[in-house]
Amino acid sequence: MSDKPLFALSIHEARQQLDDGNISAAQLTESVLERIGEVEPAVNAYITLCPDSARRQAEAADRAIAEKKAGPLTGIPLAVKDLICTREHPTTCASRMLADFIPPYDATVMEKLNQAGAVLVGKTNMDEFAMGSSTENSAFKITKNPWNTNRIPGGSSGGSAAAVAADMCLGSLGSDTGGSIRQPASHCGVVGVKPTYGRVSRYGLVAFASSLDQIGPIAGNVEDAAILLEAIAGYDPRDSTSIDRPVPAYREAFADDITGLTIGIPREYMETEGLDPEVADAVNRAVEIFRSAGAACIDISLPHTHHAVAAYYLVAPAEASSNLARYDGVKYGFRDASAKNDLKEMYTETRSKGFGAEVRRRILLGTYALSSGYYDAYYKKASQVRTLIRQDFAGAFERCDVILSPVAPTAAFPIGEKADDPLQMYLSDIFTLSANMAGVPGLSVPCGFTASGLPVGLQLTGNHFAEGAILHAAWAFEQIADVRAGKPPLQPTT
Amino acid sequence: MKISTDEVRHVADLARLKIDAGDLERFAGQLGVVLEYIESLKSVDTEGIVPTAHAVFTNNAFREDEEQGSLERDHALVGAPESEDGFFVVPKIIE
Repeated sequence: MSDKPLFALSIHEARQQLDDGNISAAQLTESVLERIGEVEPAVNAYITLCPDSARRQAEAADRAIAEKKAGPLTGIPLAVKDLICTREHPTTCASRMLADFIPPYDATVMEKLNQAGAVLVGKTNMDEFAMGSSTENSAFKITKNPWNTNRIPGGSSGGSAAAVAADMCLGSLGSDTGGSIRQPASHCGVVGVKPTYGRVSRYGLVAFASSLDQIGPIAGNVEDAAILLEAIAGYDPRDSTSIDRPVPAYREAFADDITGLTIGIPREYMETEGLDPEVADAVNRAVEIFRSAGAACIDISLPHTHHAVAAYYLVAPAEASSNLARYDGVKYGFRDASAKNDLKEMYTETRSKGFGAEVRRRILLGTYALSSGYYDAYYKKASQVRTLIRQDFAGAFERCDVILSPVAPTAAFPIGEKADDPLQMYLSDIFTLSANMAGVPGLSVPCGFTASGLPVGLQLTGNHFAEGAILHAAWAFEQIADVRAGKPPLQPTT
Repeated sequence: MKISTDEVRHVADLARLKIDAGDLERFAGQLGVVLEYIESLKSVDTEGIVPTAHAVFTNNAFREDEEQGSLERDHALVGAPESEDGFFVVPKIIE
C-alpha cells in the first residue's frame, strides 16, 4: 500500500485496494468524511451531507465485495449536484424555492449509482437552478476554489468540481447546459465530461433548459471519468430524448498511440477577444504535445462561434421560463403562506420570494423572447442560428476526429468580479455553450497552470456519440503531458 | 434603453413575478444590455434555415399502451405546502 491517505485515492486505485482486501469501503468512506470535516469549512462545496446513509452504503458495499459481487463503483464515495433527485435526501437546486424539497423518487442516474453499490456522501452546491458560471448564485453559500479560496470554482457545478479537487469525494456528477461541467472542471483542475445529448438519462434531473441539459461525470483523472460515464450512460424509456445505443467500454480503447488522430483547432476560438494569453499559451502547448505524439493538428473553422452566446441566451432562458413555470407553490416546494387573498397573488409572491435574482432575470428574458410579437425575432431566429452552429460542427467533423480549444477565456476569476454584470458572466461561456447547442460531447482535462497557480483546462469536443474518441485523446494527453502535478494547497482548517 | 421599466413590469406579470420598485431600473438596465448584445443575431442570414429544437435526431418515443404504476397519492402530497383530504389546497379561485 502507498502512504497516500485513503481520501486521496483515485477511483481506480481505490477499486484495486478494495478488491485486494487492503482497505474496506467503511474505512474509505470514514476517511472521506473526516477529510470533509477538515476542509469543507474552507471550501463550502456541499449543501447536504449524508454521513449516516453513506456509512450504511459502505457496509453494504463491504458485504458485496466479500461476496465477490463488486462492480467498478462498489464502495466508492461520490457526490452529486443538488439538482439530481434523491429520494432520501433534500434536492434543493440551491434555491429557496426547493430548500425543503425531498423528491418522492430517485433520478435514473441515482438508481444506477445505487445499483452499482456507490456511496453517496453528499449533495453539492451550485448556481441556483444551474443558472450561472461561478456558483455565486446559490441561495445558501458561496463555494471557494480549492486552488485559491478567494476565487470562484466555476459553475454551475462548482460544488461538484471543488469537492473532487479538494478530495472530499472520489468523483461526482454535475450537469452541463452551457458548460456547467466543463468550466468548473477547468477552473478546479479536474476532469469533467458533458456527454452527447441523449447519452445519459435526464429523468430526475431538475430541468433548466431541456434541449440542452445533460448529466455527466467529474473526476480526478480521465480513467475515473470514463468509469463514471459507463455507469450512468444508457437508454432510459422514462426520458423520451434518451437514445437507445449501447454504451461502449471506453477504457478498453485507451492506448498511448494517437497517431492517425486528426485534431481540429477552430481559429475563431483562438482569435476570441478576451482570451487570456496564459490560457492561450497552455492550450498551444497542448497542441504541440499532441503533435509530437503523432496526431495531425489542422486549422478548422466554426464560423458561427461568435453568435453562439447570443443564440444560447435566448434558447436557454426561453426553455427555462417555461420549465420554471411549475414552481407555483401548490404541489411541492416553497409557498408564501402570507399571500392568502387569491391564487395569482400567491403565485406571484411565492415565485418572487422563492427565486433569486439571476433566475428571475432569466425567466424575464425568456418570457420576453417568447412573448407575443417577439417570438420570430428572438426565439425562432436563435433556433435557426442553432441549426447553423450544428452544421458548423457537422462540417468540422468531416475533417477531424476531435476539436481542441480552451474551456474558458480565463482561469478562475475572483469572487464578486462579475456578480453585477450578467453579460460579462454570460460571455465567459463562449467556448463551451456551442457543444450544448449542437448536442455534441465535450470534456475538460487539465493542461497547465497560470503563473499564479490556477489550473487551466483543455476542451476536447467530439461528434455525436464520440465520447470514446475524446476520452481516448484526453487519456493519452494525460499520460504524456503529466500536468497533474500536485494537489490544491488547501490545508485542513481544524 | 433597450427595454423600459414598464415593459419589465409587464413581462414580470406574464411570468408571475413581482419586481420591487427599487429593482426595476437595475433589471431593465441589465436586461437591456443583454438584449442589445443579442441584437447581433440580426446580422446572421437565416433565410430558409430550418430551426433546431433538439440537436440529436430522435423518433417519437412511444411506449406500449399498458397500465403502469404511478406515484401513490399520499406520497405525491408529502411535499405539498398545504393539502386536505387527498387534495392540494390553494387560495380561493372563484369570486
